[in-house]
Amino acid sequence: MGRLERTKSQLQASILSLVTILFLSLSVSASEAVDTSSTEGKFNAGELIIHHVLDAHEIHIVDGLSIPLPMILFTENGMDVFNYSVFLNEDHEPTQHYTSNATGNVYAYHHGHPMIIGDDGEELAHVGWGINEHSFLDMSITKNVVGLLLSLGLMLWMFLSVAKAYKSNNNGAPRGFQSFVEPLILFVRDEIAKPSIGNNHNRYMPFLLTVFFFIWIGNLLGLVPFLGGLNVTGNIAVTAVLAVFTFLITSVIANKGYWKHMVAPPGVPVWLLPIIVPIEIFGMFNKPIVLCLRLFANITAGHIIILSFTCLIFIFNDLSGPGTAYGVSVGTVLFSIFMTCLELLVAFLQAYVFTLLSALYFGQAIEDHH
Amino acid sequence: MELVTPGFGLVFWTTISFLSVLFLLGKFAWGPILRSIKERELTISDALDSAAKAKEEMRKLKESNDELLREAREERDAMLREAKGTKDQLISEAKTQAKVEADKIIASAKDEIRGEKAKAIGELKDKVAEISFDIAEKVLAEKLSDSEKQTASVTKALNEISFN
Repeated sequence: MGRLERTKSQLQASILSLVTILFLSLSVSASEAVDTSSTEGKFNAGELIIHHVLDAHEIHIVDGLSIPLPMILFTENGMDVFNYSVFLNEDHEPTQHYTSNATGNVYAYHHGHPMIIGDDGEELAHVGWGINEHSFLDMSITKNVVGLLLSLGLMLWMFLSVAKAYKSNNNGAPRGFQSFVEPLILFVRDEIAKPSIGNNHNRYMPFLLTVFFFIWIGNLLGLVPFLGGLNVTGNIAVTAVLAVFTFLITSVIANKGYWKHMVAPPGVPVWLLPIIVPIEIFGMFNKPIVLCLRLFANITAGHIIILSFTCLIFIFNDLSGPGTAYGVSVGTVLFSIFMTCLELLVAFLQAYVFTLLSALYFGQAIEDHH
Repeated sequence: MELVTPGFGLVFWTTISFLSVLFLLGKFAWGPILRSIKERELTISDALDSAAKAKEEMRKLKESNDELLREAREERDAMLREAKGTKDQLISEAKTQAKVEADKIIASAKDEIRGEKAKAIGELKDKVAEISFDIAEKVLAEKLSDSEKQTASVTKALNEISFN
């Protein structure tokens, strides 16, 4: 009992410190925004929030300290690798142009993306999904790629060491970090995979476990302050890739019954088939799309809400001066703390939901239809 | 709009890194971890099973011990009962035998007595006859003397007779 209470108080203390640090970092980011917006005259909360939620070519730690990241661009004239810092002027604003020695392209940085410009400064090509005269690929190690590699690296380190512990532990009771990880692994196995897939769940455990921990760790990293507001799982590209994996696996493992139910559902009158079959086929694609959007929207919304509460202070500062802002800050800090706690829950919940739905789709695909 | 437009770079990096991590973890982490957990679960359930089995065996052992004890007790009781029966039987047998023997002895004694008696009576008869003859002889011899003398001689003769 005493031990439990101690752990509880430790947990409370760590959550409290986490929240405090988070709030501090958010207010720092927001104050920077006030500084930059002061030149334009008015504080633009929407721009600030979207800027923080979107991907970037630098990691903004605190005001005045940001890490410029390497940029890798595949253009019609070849590959260019340089650092984002080439765009920065003395005020750390990306206003400079950069001429590549390798390809001869002239790059400018505009609205969060590089582009190739002509002699008169006109846009020749922008970031896209193809390599041609109007479009080039941006494969830079962006903020979210760093976050992605960080969370995946963290997973590798965590679970390889845990696997080693399992080997050396020789079927003994779990020790140390094992004790933390094992309930989660058992949760995925016994609460997600087994009920959804059934006896054959072992084949899908690696995917489900990787997805679960990747999403969860990614969500949590997004809540850690001073990491530049990593928003890995709040980026639609990441969630789309995960959803596509689920879709591909579902389609590959699907048995005859699954497809038969899609194109010729048994027991449905013939005249209904023209309506049912398109709905079924739409549903097949709808599932991964919803999977992708749900995770993206939940995490992004969480970030936006927490940032909004912080921005409220600066909006009131603009409206009625610092006194009101200090007054409002008391309320917004409380709301931020509440929202951050809620986001800690959402971080786990969304990982659970994504994994559970993936497992359910797998289960449907290999279900025995009689 | 940019918020919901996936960029090629991030899609590319996510695919590559996620797949490699999936492969690495699947091969070196999830497999061994899940196997170990499964093994441990089996070990635990085996241990529980064998504990239950041992308990059951203990129970059976105790039961058979009780059974043995009960049987032994029953056997002892039976033996005691049997011994008692044998004793009673022996006694009664001995009694009847003794009775039979006694009866036999008595019967033979009676027979003997009867024989002796008959013999004695026979002898007595002979003696009486002899004595009668003697008396008659003496009476006849003293016939010539007076009657007093006759009477005296008869009395004398009678007195002479000893019935031995």
